[in-house]
Amino acid sequence: MARITFDHIAHSYYPKPKGPHDYALKEIDTIWEDGGAYALLGPSGCGKTTLLNVISGLLKPSRGRVLYDDKDVTTLTPEQRNIAQVFQFPVLYDTMTVYDNLAFPLRNRGVNKTDIDQRVREVAEILDLSADLKRRAANLSADAKQKISLGRGLVRSDVAAVLFDEPLTVIDPHLKWHLRRKLKEIHDQLNLTLIYVTHDQVEALTFADKVIVMFEGEIVQIGTPEELVENPQHKFVGYFIGSPGMNFLPCTIEGHHARVEDVTIALAPEIAELGSRSSGELELGIRPMHLKVHATPVENAVPVTVKTVEDQGSFKILTAALNGYSVQARLREEQPVPTDKAWVQFPVERTKLFADQRLIA
Amino acid sequence: MEKWSDNKAWFLVLPVVLLVAFNAVIPLMTVVNYSVQDIFDPAHRIFVGMEWYREMLHNSRLHDALVRQFIFSGLVLLIELPLGVFVALTMPRKSGWKTSTALVLIALPLLIPWNVIGTIWVIFLRPDIGLLGRFIDHTLGIHFDYPTVPMEAWISVMMMEVWHWTPLVVLLAYAGLRSIPDAYYQAASIDGASRWAVFFYIELPKMRGVLTIAILLRFMYSFLIYTEPFVLTGGGPGDSTTFLSIYLVKMAVGEFDVGRAGAFSIIYFLIVLAFCYVFYQVLLRAGTGEKQ
Repeated sequence: MARITFDHIAHSYYPKPKGPHDYALKEIDTIWEDGGAYALLGPSGCGKTTLLNVISGLLKPSRGRVLYDDKDVTTLTPEQRNIAQVFQFPVLYDTMTVYDNLAFPLRNRGVNKTDIDQRVREVAEILDLSADLKRRAANLSADAKQKISLGRGLVRSDVAAVLFDEPLTVIDPHLKWHLRRKLKEIHDQLNLTLIYVTHDQVEALTFADKVIVMFEGEIVQIGTPEELVENPQHKFVGYFIGSPGMNFLPCTIEGHHARVEDVTIALAPEIAELGSRSSGELELGIRPMHLKVHATPVENAVPVTVKTVEDQGSFKILTAALNGYSVQARLREEQPVPTDKAWVQFPVERTKLFADQRLIA
Repeated sequence: MEKWSDNKAWFLVLPVVLLVAFNAVIPLMTVVNYSVQDIFDPAHRIFVGMEWYREMLHNSRLHDALVRQFIFSGLVLLIELPLGVFVALTMPRKSGWKTSTALVLIALPLLIPWNVIGTIWVIFLRPDIGLLGRFIDHTLGIHFDYPTVPMEAWISVMMMEVWHWTPLVVLLAYAGLRSIPDAYYQAASIDGASRWAVFFYIELPKMRGVLTIAILLRFMYSFLIYTEPFVLTGGGPGDSTTFLSIYLVKMAVGEFDVGRAGAFSIIYFLIVLAFCYVFYQVLLRAGTGEKQ
């Protein structure tokens, strides 16, 4: 187990990168604490797998250093770094039994027989593989195969970190939930540093203590699930996390108010102050769940035109037009559904301001 | 099911019936016809029934040729498979112009007409002007005379065969290796597997399908081999490199003993058919994987 430090890491798959757009990882400079459950979240092609491979040592970064605790491991192989990694698709040794598959990483390191046996049975127990230990791995279902891959990642107790590269993609939804719980349990029991790559926000938010959101080769925010929801540091975090994502409205500042075309919306005085001093393009942002929707006119509410209402089971999503901009709000189940016109309130403490895509706070 | 009142659709299979008839059935029946008669000339022939078959099954020259044939096919598999896999393993895993060039160069022997291959080796092995022959005879000082020494004839035929056909095994094995996802190598590296373990637990199991095909193809082709040894040694010295097909052609065309040769052909055909069947079953199982 180790603290992982990224010292100005950048990586390009081109031998001679010409500009920033040639870099899969732009500039990563951060420290991840020992024993944490981290999730790397981002859309396809944002560089999360590249970053994972830099951590594991499958890829040597073009620039910068990787440190485990205080040791520079940039040039070391995955084996020397002593990490474990689980891939998107099950990787099995087809000719071996389930037991031998789980024991393989330990045997290669010359662990003695009794320790191997104990450890393999422990891991098999956690993953519900005990009954299959003697079977040939090749004959199992896709779920079971991926559990074996997970098991091979977890079998070594002395690893610096266990890395997961979207490991639950091939697993069916019910088992997915179950395995995610298992991983969380394992993390709490063994206190391993786990790093979990995913493009699924639900997976990231339920699994991790800290979520690292990546966008176009950069880390845009590291935070707890709550921080990501309440205070997205970057516009991308705002609309990538949450379903539906945050509403953004281009605006200008007038005193303590934001003006969206001919509508004014109250802001916290200190935010308005900071906003009026910043030079970039300003946008007002608010989560759909924080918008208060009324079917009749109320004080401080902005009139909008209702476009659609989507029923999502326990709540409804209202899509409306505010001066030509689309706004989404969450309606509670028992709330009356406005039909043609609606009035929305922007609670001051929930209304955020972004300048050039970054949060002003 | 409803019966069709009009059966004209059967005419649609007529082209296939004709093709198979002229291509396979009629020639085969001609051979069957020869094998049950003693023919002196078209006007004088006697029906002899199974006699030629009985005689051929007890023919010691045929037995010797069959044993030789099995030894030859066995050696072919023993040498070409490991060698082919080894060469495939040394090729780069990523594609690029170097890989393509190497593949084309390796595949060249497969593109040469078979009788030309025999001729190439006849010249290559000549002690006076042949590159290899002169090297062995002159430079190494070992007297090399494959047309008269049986052991040297065998070595020569084997060298030619390995040179000619190992590329096929290389191509198949390489295709098998290329289909292994990178994640397997990455996982093995993370699991701390040695190079030997990677070969034994990842590469070999993943190549199983293509290697089965390689074994089938190499066995069948080597079992039917004719042209190259015929050009190189003519089956000699003596009968030492006379394989089944060479003996058969000697009997049929050389001695014009069409009755015996017909019976021999049918027996040869049945042996090949039996092996085909066994291999086909193996191949089907290799395709679906073992089910328990």
